[in-house]
Amino acid sequence: MLENKEYKVIGTRPIRHDGVDKVTGRALYGADFQAAGLLHGRVLRSPHAHARIISIDTSRAEALPGVKSVVTAKDLPDAGDKVADLGEGAVNLKHLCDNILASDKVLYKGHAVAAVAATNPHIAEEACTRIDVEYEVLPPVLEVRQAMAPDAPLLHEHLKTASMGETADEPSNVASHLQHKLGDPEKGFAEADIIIEREFVTGTVHQGYIEPHNATAHYNADGQLTIWCSTQGAFTVREQVAEILQYPISKIKVVPMEIGGGFGGKISVYIKPVAALLAKKTGKPVKVLMNRADVFEGTGPTPASYIRVKMGATKEGKITAAEAYLAFEAGAYPGSPVGPGAMCIFAPYSIENVIIDGYDVVVNKPKTAPYRAPGAPNAAFGSETVVDEIAEKLGIDPLEIRLLNAAKEGDRRADGPVHPRIGCIETVEAAKAHPHYTAPNGKKHHGRGVASGYWFNIGLESSVTINVNSDGTINLVEGSTDIGGTRASIAMQAAEVLGISAESVNPSVVDTNSVGYTAVTGGSRTTYATGYAAYEAAQDVKRQMIARAAKLWEVDEANVQFADGEFSSINGKEEQISFRDLCARLGETGGPIVGSGTVNPGGAGGAYATHVVDVAVDEETGKVDILRYTAVQDAGKAIHPSYVEGQIQGGAVQGIGWALNEEYIYNAEGEMTNASFLDYRMPTCLDLPMIDAVIVEVPNPGHPYGVRGVGEVPIVPPMAAIANAIYDAIGVRMTELPMSPDRLLKAMGKI
Amino acid sequence: MARRSHVQTTLNGETVEFLCEPRQSLLEVLRDELHLTGAKEGCNNGNCGACSVILDGRLVNSCLVLGVETEGKSVETIEGLAGPDKLHPIQDAFLENAALQCGICTPGFIMSAKALLDQNPNPTEHEVRYWLAGNLCRCTGYDKIVRAVLDAAAAK
Repeated sequence: MLENKEYKVIGTRPIRHDGVDKVTGRALYGADFQAAGLLHGRVLRSPHAHARIISIDTSRAEALPGVKSVVTAKDLPDAGDKVADLGEGAVNLKHLCDNILASDKVLYKGHAVAAVAATNPHIAEEACTRIDVEYEVLPPVLEVRQAMAPDAPLLHEHLKTASMGETADEPSNVASHLQHKLGDPEKGFAEADIIIEREFVTGTVHQGYIEPHNATAHYNADGQLTIWCSTQGAFTVREQVAEILQYPISKIKVVPMEIGGGFGGKISVYIKPVAALLAKKTGKPVKVLMNRADVFEGTGPTPASYIRVKMGATKEGKITAAEAYLAFEAGAYPGSPVGPGAMCIFAPYSIENVIIDGYDVVVNKPKTAPYRAPGAPNAAFGSETVVDEIAEKLGIDPLEIRLLNAAKEGDRRADGPVHPRIGCIETVEAAKAHPHYTAPNGKKHHGRGVASGYWFNIGLESSVTINVNSDGTINLVEGSTDIGGTRASIAMQAAEVLGISAESVNPSVVDTNSVGYTAVTGGSRTTYATGYAAYEAAQDVKRQMIARAAKLWEVDEANVQFADGEFSSINGKEEQISFRDLCARLGETGGPIVGSGTVNPGGAGGAYATHVVDVAVDEETGKVDILRYTAVQDAGKAIHPSYVEGQIQGGAVQGIGWALNEEYIYNAEGEMTNASFLDYRMPTCLDLPMIDAVIVEVPNPGHPYGVRGVGEVPIVPPMAAIANAIYDAIGVRMTELPMSPDRLLKAMGKI
Repeated sequence: MARRSHVQTTLNGETVEFLCEPRQSLLEVLRDELHLTGAKEGCNNGNCGACSVILDGRLVNSCLVLGVETEGKSVETIEGLAGPDKLHPIQDAFLENAALQCGICTPGFIMSAKALLDQNPNPTEHEVRYWLAGNLCRCTGYDKIVRAVLDAAAAK
């Protein structure tokens, strides 16, 4: 499938630059940071899902030997009514601060209330048990439809629904309503021969990164604050901490350590401002770590949701209209990904008449955070199941109906944008041509399902500088934290420009004082946008090197060309010098060369995926086994195919977990009852077959090498693909996630 | 503060002595007292395997072993696996197969794989999956990890 005619480095599979450090245990992650005189911080969290804080008495904790400081929300500056734009859209600063340390109310079990710094972590934990908090317990609101009911208890007395430019008069748990409309849905449904309308419920799930959140902070006597942490974006940590602490960004340095997974969950800050407060109060470096229960209960999951999807089609299979109602749980504060869910839900199709309503609703659960294509998997579970049912009822092959209606260049998405060149058709065709799709699968209680998915991908700002070494290598300085091999995929783009090997590039991810502004590693943007910046920085090096060659040969710059790692003169003189040899002569031709590239590209190319899955359903236990899995995806151009495959495989498996096992299980008091890896059951390798990742390459016109983001879209199709396979196996449509054994048994009428 | 105990153990072939509180786990001792941070804390209750080490030839979660329990025993950690100029074949196989993304679970997986191959040099795919089921990875979907372990076995 992969073609690699035009490139020397791109499309190859070099060993990643940080590989040896990571297989030998030498790579330093956030929790590995050590400093002389280090204190250890722990956070006290609310035992209640919804309560008013009457009082907090820290005196018994402060009296414990070894305790150096205790902080509460009173130690945070007054946020007032300020709205801050932190690159992820406007955020109410009071909400942001209250999520760091609760001031007047706790809004979920696990909500941070106070924090302690002590000489060792055990003393800090013990001190937390000696903080006396008096609560007035309030009834919790734990489900989105319950929260939208007119008589629901209110989380925020001042929150009023914002709907398309208008704000309601009465307070509500509905933070906002959005609507996208295309064409005439009523007319579209009137033209349909078949209309299917179904409702869907999805559970709360967590990103599940293996490394808990961590932060070490130190205040110098000159007011310089340094934070060492794992994060998806050092600059966004700097911005958020500056806003929360009302402190100038010029006095904050964020040092990104290696990061142990994020999937969107390590963009928001939780304990970083707390570590900074404790560091300021003690004058010592303070390391704050979360444990696993803190991570589940205190950091962003992705929302549970209630979804209704209605689609109509002619008997030939042409979809004439689509309607969606998306109600997403934001968690304790507004800001669910219902927006992206609405952007993506019908994007694999060319449909003339569409209406989509989205609701962002607060509930007494942790504030949600992005998780891999945030919002899109929930939405696609609904739409892709309905498409499957239409195909089945019309007797049309499910991939054929997708081809018949596939989105293509020039089509308009319901939320406005017109598709540039996209690879929707190509991924469906590749799935159809794959041997998996035509392999026999006729055993009893075995089934096959397919689903497609879309994620738009983003661009945003990135900066790269390149320092040229005298031995023909380059040092590449970047600000994108490397979660999955991006040092390699970025370095390879610079290497391609300069005609050198991937191994001749030494990439470094550096702190916020040492590189230009770079947005988060998220939105599938890093290989695209930071790679683009690396391409520009390498072009800058190339231009400067051409000038040096021209100087050396006393010719005009226009008479120097660069190809295959060699500079040569044209028009007369017969001169030639390799990149490497010219690097050794920089001193005599004017001094060192530093290239730089900064971008904020608008041409992020949307990504499509189509998955095929075979399942076996155990009729007695309701357990679903994944027998075979094929994930087809348009990568635009796969810079390092191994790591593209890795993204596809990892995303598909997270989707399998979401589909079959994973959910927050709450009791009536709003306590999560499965806040451990044992009980929040993520897939292990024993649960899975190999995942066949198939890369399709439809180049993105918005990137010099055609790169599309690859990280997010693979999590979009699995839930619906598996639901469709279960239907094929047992003839029952599953409409609730996860499709755990108990739900299967209920659906089969066994319990 | 509890009185600290003196412990002598063999760590990656060398005799080491340390002081630790009775409540400190081997994981805490390795990381905080001996500054070997290759073993990672993902859950601190034996669910994730990120802290896997080999204790007297047996694979353990170091978060579930007390530091004082290692008296007179032999501990192998990720830091002891590679030679001065040569990686262990499992480490090479992980790099060649791109069997890591963020890398936080990698030391645990490599120690777990070593314990497997030490006692079963030619495992089937199912045996690899069964053995590694105590190690969680959230990035890779395990495909390339399983291939790396099978490759390392074949290379031996």
